[in-house]
Amino acid sequence: MGWLEGRFEEGMITTTLEQAINWARESSMWPMTFGLACCAIEMMATGASRYDIDRFGAGAFRATPRQADLMIVAGTVNFKMATRVRRLYNQMPDPKFVIAMGACTCGGGPYYKYGYNVVKGVDLVVPVDVYVPGCPPRPEALLEGLMRIQDKVRGMKYLTKNQPINVPIPSRTGYVQLPPEFSDPDPVKALEKANAWAKETKEKAAPAKA
Amino acid sequence: MPPPDIIALLDAHFGSKIKDRKADAIDAFVVVAPEDLLAVCRYLRDEAPLLFDILNCISGIDYLELDPKKAPKAGFEPHVEVVYHMSSFNHRHRFTLKLILPRWKDNKPGELPEAPSVTGLWHSADWHEREVYDLCGVWFDGHPDLRRILLSEDWIGHPLRKDYEFPLEYHGMRGR
Repeated sequence: MGWLEGRFEEGMITTTLEQAINWARESSMWPMTFGLACCAIEMMATGASRYDIDRFGAGAFRATPRQADLMIVAGTVNFKMATRVRRLYNQMPDPKFVIAMGACTCGGGPYYKYGYNVVKGVDLVVPVDVYVPGCPPRPEALLEGLMRIQDKVRGMKYLTKNQPINVPIPSRTGYVQLPPEFSDPDPVKALEKANAWAKETKEKAAPAKA
Repeated sequence: MPPPDIIALLDAHFGSKIKDRKADAIDAFVVVAPEDLLAVCRYLRDEAPLLFDILNCISGIDYLELDPKKAPKAGFEPHVEVVYHMSSFNHRHRFTLKLILPRWKDNKPGELPEAPSVTGLWHSADWHEREVYDLCGVWFDGHPDLRRILLSEDWIGHPLRKDYEFPLEYHGMRGR
């Protein structure tokens, strides 16, 4: 916080109200309990203990749109459902965010050509913030999508009205940070080292052939 | 009871009402006219050596070749078929019944062909007939509650008809 930093006693931090609000908001993105097809299984896996979406503050799946900030449209949206999706979106309080999860919601997916009752992308129904492609996407991909939403929240200028929302620069990524023993000034070489190590350990772990 | 014996039994009882038969198919079947369907079905369900007490499935098939060049070689006239698969728990045999209908009633496009409903004989026919009505466009006469079952109630057309055209717009959502 510039010149104010470190001028007070220990345990005191300075921030702007905007940053504090955005920090609180991004750290408690409550998604709606809402799954339509096979992507929902992957969304459940993301919520379960192995991938644990709760690490990013988005683990409280709300059973009502009135308490939710985030709608993860997970699965094929057909026309009959799309009217309901739109109603659920309208029932959510502002500010609200939408993740289109999977190929079907991004653009129709396998039903693009011959699916007579499948909406060709949920962005024809509700405004979408982040698209997560895949069929279905891995849980890591959904977590990455959630981080992009959080970036978007962090860029929000909430208190100063009529300002454009900043285009967020990704500040967290889903890339694996390599442990220090693989560090190398050339990132390609570092990755090769890590891959060689992974291959070696995999061979070690493989059961001996009888 | 093997399928040829079932067909022989039906032939002996109904005679010329059995329009067509095929005993050597994997699913041996007979073809009946819509007005004889209920009598044949009741016979199949109630007769002691047959006792078809469960109706597994009702399917609707649209036979139409849209390409005018391929149409003469297609090997069929345009028509709609309704196929009834049934089996028996007591005798452990199964059988297939087919109904051949025109694509449109009185050759007027939009007028659905009619078939008698078998909900009075098998309750499982209820939803199956609704599905065939919904997707293939066959009107089942005497059905207690013939509504669309899968698509929304204000949907136009029957999607599994070969000449069905996709909706361009549905409640403000672009269709394609």
